Amino acid sequence: MKLYDGGKIFIGLIVFLAFATFPFYFNIGKVNAKPEPKVDTPAIQEWEKLNGKKECVESKEFMRTEHMQLLNNWRDMVVREDKRGYISNSSHKRFNMSLQNGCMNCHSNKKKFCDECHNYMSVKPYCWDCHIQPKEKEENKS
Amino acid sequence: MLEKALEGSKTYWAWLMFLGALAMVGAYYYYQQFTYGLGLTGLHRDVTWGLYIGQFTFLVGVAASAVMLVIPHYLHDYKTFTKIVILGEFLAISAVIMCILFIMADMGQPMRVVNIFLHPSPTAMVFWDTVVLNGYLFINLLVGWVTLGSDRKGIAPPKWIKPWIYLSIPWAISIHTVTAFLYAGIPGRHFWLSAIMAARFLASAFAGGPALLIILALIVRKISKFDVGKEAIQAVGRIVAYAMFANVFFLGLEFFTAFYSGIPGHAESFLYLYTGLEGHSELVPLMWTSTVFAAISLFMLWVPAIRKNEVTLVLACIMLFISLWIDKGFGLIIGGFVPNPFEEVHTYWPTVPETMITIGIWAIGFLVLSMLYKIAITVREETAGIEIEH
Amino acid sequence: MSMDRRQFLKIAGISSVLGLGATAASATHSIWTKGLSPEEVDKNKEALLAKRWAMVVDMSKFKTEDDFKKVFEACHLTHNVPDFRNADGSVNKKDEIKWIWEAPYEKAFPGQDNKYMSEHIKDMPFIVACNHCENPPCVRVCPTKATFKLPNGITMQDEHRCIGCRFCMAACPYGARSFNWRDPRTAIKNENKEYPTRTKGVVEKCTFCTERLAVGKLPACVEAAPKGGMLFGDIEDPNSEIRKIVTNQYTIRRKSDLGTGPAIYYIVGGSDHA
Repeated sequence: MKLYDGGKIFIGLIVFLAFATFPFYFNIGKVNAKPEPKVDTPAIQEWEKLNGKKECVESKEFMRTEHMQLLNNWRDMVVREDKRGYISNSSHKRFNMSLQNGCMNCHSNKKKFCDECHNYMSVKPYCWDCHIQPKEKEENKS
Repeated sequence: MLEKALEGSKTYWAWLMFLGALAMVGAYYYYQQFTYGLGLTGLHRDVTWGLYIGQFTFLVGVAASAVMLVIPHYLHDYKTFTKIVILGEFLAISAVIMCILFIMADMGQPMRVVNIFLHPSPTAMVFWDTVVLNGYLFINLLVGWVTLGSDRKGIAPPKWIKPWIYLSIPWAISIHTVTAFLYAGIPGRHFWLSAIMAARFLASAFAGGPALLIILALIVRKISKFDVGKEAIQAVGRIVAYAMFANVFFLGLEFFTAFYSGIPGHAESFLYLYTGLEGHSELVPLMWTSTVFAAISLFMLWVPAIRKNEVTLVLACIMLFISLWIDKGFGLIIGGFVPNPFEEVHTYWPTVPETMITIGIWAIGFLVLSMLYKIAITVREETAGIEIEH
Repeated sequence: MSMDRRQFLKIAGISSVLGLGATAASATHSIWTKGLSPEEVDKNKEALLAKRWAMVVDMSKFKTEDDFKKVFEACHLTHNVPDFRNADGSVNKKDEIKWIWEAPYEKAFPGQDNKYMSEHIKDMPFIVACNHCENPPCVRVCPTKATFKLPNGITMQDEHRCIGCRFCMAACPYGARSFNWRDPRTAIKNENKEYPTRTKGVVEKCTFCTERLAVGKLPACVEAAPKGGMLFGDIEDPNSEIRKIVTNQYTIRRKSDLGTGPAIYYIVGGSDHA
């Protein structure tokens, strides 16, 4: 069976493969460390002193996979339903449903917490276009 | 059939390249606008819609005008329009594409436009406008493609296309009625708060769209062997004449209500547009140009001898198109915003980026139109002499 | 069963569309229903509640320029409203954003003046903002329900959902809404860290300080106004201050003939109410 335009087809295939595998060979040799979000802000340490352990709104595993959805739901509850309090499923404590005035109170180290995973995953959430980031303090001040 | 758009003379490709270049310039300016914000336009707190929405409003009318060919041809078996209908349908497609592009250019957060479908709002006319515009695009693509494909094979179109063709008739009326409802139900803006808004829109659509179609059909005749027929041109000319008369008459009715009632809220926008208000008369020359062009073109269309002469007919159509473009694509929008709810006069004029984006989108529209027309022309030339069965 | 290539392609195409569509629908269904149950969320105990929030404004209590300035600044600073004024202090009409401001009588109430009215009265300043109408045209026209009515009567703005079409601005008979024509953060001098800013491309307006009401505080403008100048309460509560004023005194509302049902009432002729 004759392959018509075989030359053009093969060239096209090679160009396509070059484009498709670009992310892989472009990043060869680049070290991309595993993200290590730090949960040792002064506020979290305070909480630990008062409550005996570090506690977030929900468990670490839940937050890791669901914090985006949780924040979306919080957003709709606060803005559209005018409700502000959230009862945690894990600790049954009541939290203020707020990114800027809730989450960021403990996780005030955006660069070492939020950005760690977001940069690794190349995720750019636009929350911070509007929600004001907490001012990052120097490492050794507390 | 798509491949026919990619085969053409050097002139054809030069024309496409030219339009492409204009589109690229528009894209560059749009990128500026996307990163800086809509502050790059001349819009401000008191005039929040301008050139983009004006163009969209005007082009919805052009898109709807295809129905003026579809009704006689498909509903009443008017065989004179057999060859020209496809030109109307393809014009509708490119006009709707331009409408969608203009709306996207005007959005503050274009990435969020999906919200209209994720959170539908049945009370919002913009929601219905999005639905009917996209539906109309689909219908015209379907009908145009299937009928042209059948013409190319020399057979009648499949029976299942008939319901879609009939659907396109009320749908065309609906797209422009819904667009008129954007304006006609707003309680605070008396310039727009008029029951005749939808009727005016339709009348100007049925004048402006077919007028453009006449110009395009004559260009097509000049550059190719595809001739829609002298009779078809004349019939469309008569439609334009009647529609333009209705349009001018309706505008006169608006003037009567505004000035005879004596209610300042109704009259002030007209005063701003046609005489200037509080020292601001930026739009006065434009509006009078529109009026004069409208009067002259109406006269030319009315007198049979002038209308029958294709040279003067084209001239009349060009003046008519410009007149309606000014009236609907600019004056109508700005007039609604001036004076503002505090009866203050804050004017608007498009900026350079805004104008370049507008030209870029028109270029894209003409690009789509040229390619679609190339397909239609090639098919017609190939099947010249074979009777088209619709 | 034998079929030709055309039939095969048709069947394959339709089934993949259906398959993808069903998957997508079930996926989105799970995301959207993975919400919060009613037991998981509630209002704060200290929140101020009402069936319908409304405001009564008594301009006779505003005596100095400063009285006005305090009110506007309280609102604009609390909510990170950008200040785009030019270097010489003049208004930058192009980028201007304002939630609450003053307008002279003849402009706030157009058509209510007469040619024999003194200039003094015509120029009398009135504080204007979003009227949180009962029948708001802006809510009617919003294609995404980014602006909507809360059950307590507030016409709210969801800045996350707004697509910036500005239809609400065209629909508002009071010119109460502003649009972010550019990034507002360049023009915010004193950030309130407890409130977000907005971003370019969305519409914003007064929200009757819903975030303050939620923690038991009155709106910022009401708090900053001179005593008795701005009163805030539940107009559907027969025992509320403002209900009593509106029933027993003569008040006017802006463009009330349009059927919008504004919730800001202006006392005419002043009152002894403090």
